[in-house]
Amino acid sequence: MSAIVETIEAMERPPVTMTSRLEGELLEVSMGPQHPSTHGVFRMNVALDGEIVRKLKPVFGYLHRNHEKIGENTSYLGSMPYTDRLDYFCSMTNNWAYALSVEKLAGIEVPERAEYLRVVLAELTRLQNHASLLGFLLSDMGAWGTPLMYAFREREKILDLFESLSGSRMMCDYMRFGGCRVDASAEWLARAKEIVDRFPNFLDEFEKLIVENEILIARTQNVGKLSPQLAISAGITGPMLRACGVNYDIRKVDGYGYYPRFQFRIPLGEHGDTYDRLMMRALEMRESISILNQAFEQIPAGPIMNPKVKVRAFRPPVGEAYGRIEAPKGELGFYLISDGSPNPYRYRVRPPSFINLTILEDLCLGHTVADVMVILGSVDIVMGEVDR
Amino acid sequence: MLPLEQIKTRIESAVSGAKIDIVANGGPSQQASLLIDNEHAVAIARFLRDDPELRLDFCSNVTGVDWLDRTIKKTVKVKQVVDAVEKEVDETRQEVIPGYLEAVYHLYSIARKHGPLIIRMRTTDRAAETRLPSLTPLWRSAEFQEREIFDLYGIYFEGHPDLRRILMWDEFEDYPMRKDYREPDDYEYEPTPHGDVLEKAKRHYALRPQLDGAENIVEPLDR
Repeated sequence: MSAIVETIEAMERPPVTMTSRLEGELLEVSMGPQHPSTHGVFRMNVALDGEIVRKLKPVFGYLHRNHEKIGENTSYLGSMPYTDRLDYFCSMTNNWAYALSVEKLAGIEVPERAEYLRVVLAELTRLQNHASLLGFLLSDMGAWGTPLMYAFREREKILDLFESLSGSRMMCDYMRFGGCRVDASAEWLARAKEIVDRFPNFLDEFEKLIVENEILIARTQNVGKLSPQLAISAGITGPMLRACGVNYDIRKVDGYGYYPRFQFRIPLGEHGDTYDRLMMRALEMRESISILNQAFEQIPAGPIMNPKVKVRAFRPPVGEAYGRIEAPKGELGFYLISDGSPNPYRYRVRPPSFINLTILEDLCLGHTVADVMVILGSVDIVMGEVDR
Repeated sequence: MLPLEQIKTRIESAVSGAKIDIVANGGPSQQASLLIDNEHAVAIARFLRDDPELRLDFCSNVTGVDWLDRTIKKTVKVKQVVDAVEKEVDETRQEVIPGYLEAVYHLYSIARKHGPLIIRMRTTDRAAETRLPSLTPLWRSAEFQEREIFDLYGIYFEGHPDLRRILMWDEFEDYPMRKDYREPDDYEYEPTPHGDVLEKAKRHYALRPQLDGAENIVEPLDR
């Protein structure tokens, strides 16, 4: 009986009217974590006025596995393969940043050939990261498939190189404290040179497709403008900082590895908008090619590992060190504290794409929802690194 | 960049009452740091950022460190009267250094292209007084990183505009990066509203009209 009474009561309620208008109220929308354009599981709580973004709060942690705690519970070398999983597009540069920090912590020197190999692999990583970023970004703008496939065709060639050298396409685990794991043969270097020699053809073709594309210009120019003052204050690094016209490249400033031996220019943007950020990647790839060509000419023969490094029972002296490199996405740093035991007392990753997201709200305010995806794409995030 | 001693004297002359210690680093990296007092931290940080000589406008890395209570054993010679004769006797004393949480900032200068200058702040203990002044108003890059320290170490940053958990979920209670954090036996366990839903559903079943007797029909076995 009671069920019937309920139904009658429900019938006596006034009928529901058609959806009322919002009348200037804000609509809260949760974008993500499952969204094709969030480059992983990333969520933004967005307050919308019509189609215009009025508030944006990023929500993190869907891929959080407490990488740093695991690093504290593992030996120094044990974390090396795990750094591959941070930014899984650029495992080589992750390895390098970690190896560099541990080398600072323990005072290890690296042989000449190993340093050259590191530069070669880091610049190849930069090429494939930037190429695929451009592909993804165009994909976010609605150019489904084709540009991404163009970019991935080139990326695949570089990943083949990585595979033949380290045994893995993406999770390379290639560098060691005081050198590299395996030597590159003359054939490998010749093949790498061949691929790098052909890379400008791809860039020419790709730039022809994008630089003067009317839709791309309409979607990116003056979208998501970032001022240099805010960029510096918010710790933005990498191509995103240089797109605002700030000349700061850790390869030049710190001169780690053998970068002072190479001649290359730092491309700088002017407006700090999405278009500049996009072009920055294209221009940086040209400079990477120039570095690679110099490295192929200069690379000497010799050992690739410092024989003094103890592989087993590796215990750095008590102290702390912060080492950083210019990863494709920005400043990647590792902060390590040693208490003299085989495990680090503190193992901290300074993830560039996490800190570059600090100003995501500032970039998106006043733009449409569709622009949010483009701006986020131009920040270049990988959730493996953001959430750690 | 200027040597740390000079930076220390510069700060002390600019910020009156500032207490600064140089924390030595015995390792080969030679990255010594400045321990600044919490009371003047914001003023010191502002001086470091705006001083024309230093111009540390780029706060690169902000992180926390957990230091547990440490006991140090010391052997001290003590004079004791044994059998009416004064003798020197070795005595081991235990000194307990209380633990604290630490926030470490790595500062660089983009304008002058130098760095890092490392500054650290310490809380008074690990349980009750875990408050530090926030430096987010000076360097926006500390915003997410201080939130992360709050999330994983439990340092409350006073003056932070939006101090919430960032990587762990909001209902999470402990601080996982602390050294004495115990992992739960069951990682997957999380109280969900499922129990309440089930309870409601059961009450709903009880209101159903009586069963029609179909459940009592038994198929003959010998067919």
